[in-house]
Amino acid sequence: MNLLFFYSLRNLLTRRLTTALTALGMALVVFVFAAIIMLAEGLQKTLIDTGSYDNVVVIRKSSGSEVQSGIDRVQASIVETQPEIAMGQDGRPMIAKEMVVLITLEKQDAATRSNVVIRGVSPASLALRPQIRILAGRLPASGASEIMVGKSIATGFKGAGLEESLVFGMRSWRVVGIFDAGSTGYSSEIWGDVDQLMPAFRRPVYSSILFNLRNTDDFETVQPRIQNDPRLTVEAKRETVYYKEQSEAMATFLRILGLSLTIVFSIGAVVGAMITMYAAVATRTAEIGTLRALGFTQAAILTAFLLESLFLGAIGGCAGLFFASFLQFITVSTTNFQTFSELAFSFRLTPGIVIKSLSFSLIMGFAGGVLPAFRASRLNIITALREA
Amino acid sequence: MPSKRPVIEITDLVKSYRRGGQSIPVLENICLKIEEGEFLALMGPSGSGKSTLLNLIAGLDQADSGSIRVGDREITVLSESELARWRAGHVGFIFQFYNLIPVLTAFENVELPLMLTRLSKKARKSHVATALSLVSLSDRMDHYPRQLSGGQQQRVAIARAVVTDPTLLVADEPTGDLDRHSADEVLQLMDQLCTELGKTIVMVTHDPRAARKSHTLKYLEKGVLTDAPQIAAPECL
Repeated sequence: MNLLFFYSLRNLLTRRLTTALTALGMALVVFVFAAIIMLAEGLQKTLIDTGSYDNVVVIRKSSGSEVQSGIDRVQASIVETQPEIAMGQDGRPMIAKEMVVLITLEKQDAATRSNVVIRGVSPASLALRPQIRILAGRLPASGASEIMVGKSIATGFKGAGLEESLVFGMRSWRVVGIFDAGSTGYSSEIWGDVDQLMPAFRRPVYSSILFNLRNTDDFETVQPRIQNDPRLTVEAKRETVYYKEQSEAMATFLRILGLSLTIVFSIGAVVGAMITMYAAVATRTAEIGTLRALGFTQAAILTAFLLESLFLGAIGGCAGLFFASFLQFITVSTTNFQTFSELAFSFRLTPGIVIKSLSFSLIMGFAGGVLPAFRASRLNIITALREA
Repeated sequence: MPSKRPVIEITDLVKSYRRGGQSIPVLENICLKIEEGEFLALMGPSGSGKSTLLNLIAGLDQADSGSIRVGDREITVLSESELARWRAGHVGFIFQFYNLIPVLTAFENVELPLMLTRLSKKARKSHVATALSLVSLSDRMDHYPRQLSGGQQQRVAIARAVVTDPTLLVADEPTGDLDRHSADEVLQLMDQLCTELGKTIVMVTHDPRAARKSHTLKYLEKGVLTDAPQIAAPECL
C-alpha cells in the first residue's frame, strides 16, 4: 500500500536525529561485515588471478603448496618430456622448473620482519606469466647474483629498492629490476635465477614445475599420465585451482572472523533499533489507535512498523556499504597461512557482497522491529485513542 | 407521515469493566433507536458511560450482552477483523483532538480511509477533492496538520470521516479542543452533513451549545440512558 509506505518513510524522516543515530549503529556493523568479506574476496581474487587456466602446476603429492614441495631433477626431466607442453616462440618448451623458499625481511615501516617468497625461476618463467611487467631495471642475468623484486616488496621492505642489495643464502643479491604483477601474488615475491638460488640455499630439488598446455583440453590427458606414472611422486593441477586452494584457509578464517564479529556487533545494533522502534510505538500510540479505528487491520499496522524498521536497516546498510566501498582503495599485506609468506591484496567489493550486506542490514532491521511492530499491532484501540 | 426507519437499534446493551478483580458496570440495559439522518447528542457527567456507548456503536469495543444493529448488520457478533472491515465502510470518526496523522498532508489524511476500498487512484483523488471542498479546505490539501489551525484540522478530520460516505458518523467531543468561533464552524458543518446530506450523527459532548445543534438529546448517568432535561440557553449565547 503506497500510503502506508510513505507513512513509514516520513515517520523516519520526521525523527531525523533518532533515525540517523540508529542507522549509524547499523551502518557500523554493516561496514565491519562488508569489510571483512571484502578482505576475504580480495585475497581470493588476488590468488586466483595469480594463476592462468592454461598453466599446469606440478608439485610433490600431498605437499599442499610449493613451499612444502620437492621434485628431484630426475622426476623434473620426466615431466619435461610430456608431449602436451606448449612450445614457445623461441622453439623451446614452455616449462619452468622453479624453487620456492621463504626468508624473513625487515619491513619498511616498522622494525618487524615478515616472510617473503624467493622464487628461483627458469628462462620460461616470465613467458608463462604474461601479466608480469618490468617496471624498472631489467631481468636478472643468468649466472649472476641478481634478483628482481615485486612492486609490493620494493615498497614494503628495507633494502629491496632498485640497485640496493639484500643478503640471504650467504650471499649478497643486487636488486636489478622491479616488476609489477598486477593484483596477483607474484607482486609479493622476489625472483632470481633458479640455478643460482638452489646452491645458495643448498637445495638439491626443485619446488615446483610450471608448464603451459598446447591445448586447454590436454589437461585431461596429461594430468592422469603424470599422476599415474610409477616413476613420479607428483600431482598436477591447473594453476587457477592451485591458487584457489592456497587462498581457501585464509579466506575461510577471515569469513568466520567477520561473521563472529558482526554477530556480536549486530546484537547491539538490533537492540538500538528495537529501542528506537519501541519509542516510535510509544509516541505514536494515538496514531495507531486512529488507524485501527479507521479500519486498518492489525496486519496493516504490523506491516507499517516493520516497513519502518526495514527502512532503518536499509539506510544503515547503504551507509555502511558506502563507507566500505572506499576500502577498495586500500591495499593490505598479511601472511598467508597456507604459504607462510607475505601477500599484498586489496579489499574487493562485488555485487554478491552488496547483496549479502544489504540482506544482513535488512535482517537487523527486521529483528529490531518485529517485537515493537507486534506491540503496535496489538494495542487496544480505545486505550490507544485515549493517548491523543 | 410514517417515521423514518431506525438505522441504529440498540437493545438491552450491557457493558462492564473489570478492575482489580471487580466488575464495574458502565452501561445497564441500554435501549436506543436512532433514525436515519438523525443528529443525536449524548450528554452526561464524566464517567457516565457516554464514550463507552459511542465506542460500542462505532464497533471499537465489545459489549458484554445485548444487541447493536446498524443498518441490517448485527455488529456485536462480528470478530475483530470483521469489525475493522465494517468500520472502514460504515463509520466515520470525528475525535476531540482531530487525530490527524502528522506526517501526512491534509489530502493524504482524507485519503487514508479510501486506501481500504477498491477505488482506483483517480477515483480516490476525486473523492478526496469533493470531501475537502465540502469542508472548504480545497486550498489546503497539501498542508500538513501542523500548518493548519485547530478548526481547520477538525474540518480535515470531518472530511476524512465523510469521504467513504459512511452510514454513521460518530463524534467524541468534536468541539472540546476548539475556540468558540471554530466550534461554531464545526457544528455548522455537522448540521449541514445531517440536514443536507442525510448523515446519521451520534455525538458525545459536554458543550450545551453543541448539544443544542442536535435533533435529539439523550442523557446518560450512572449507565442509565434517559431523555435529557431541556438545556437552558446561557445568557451569553
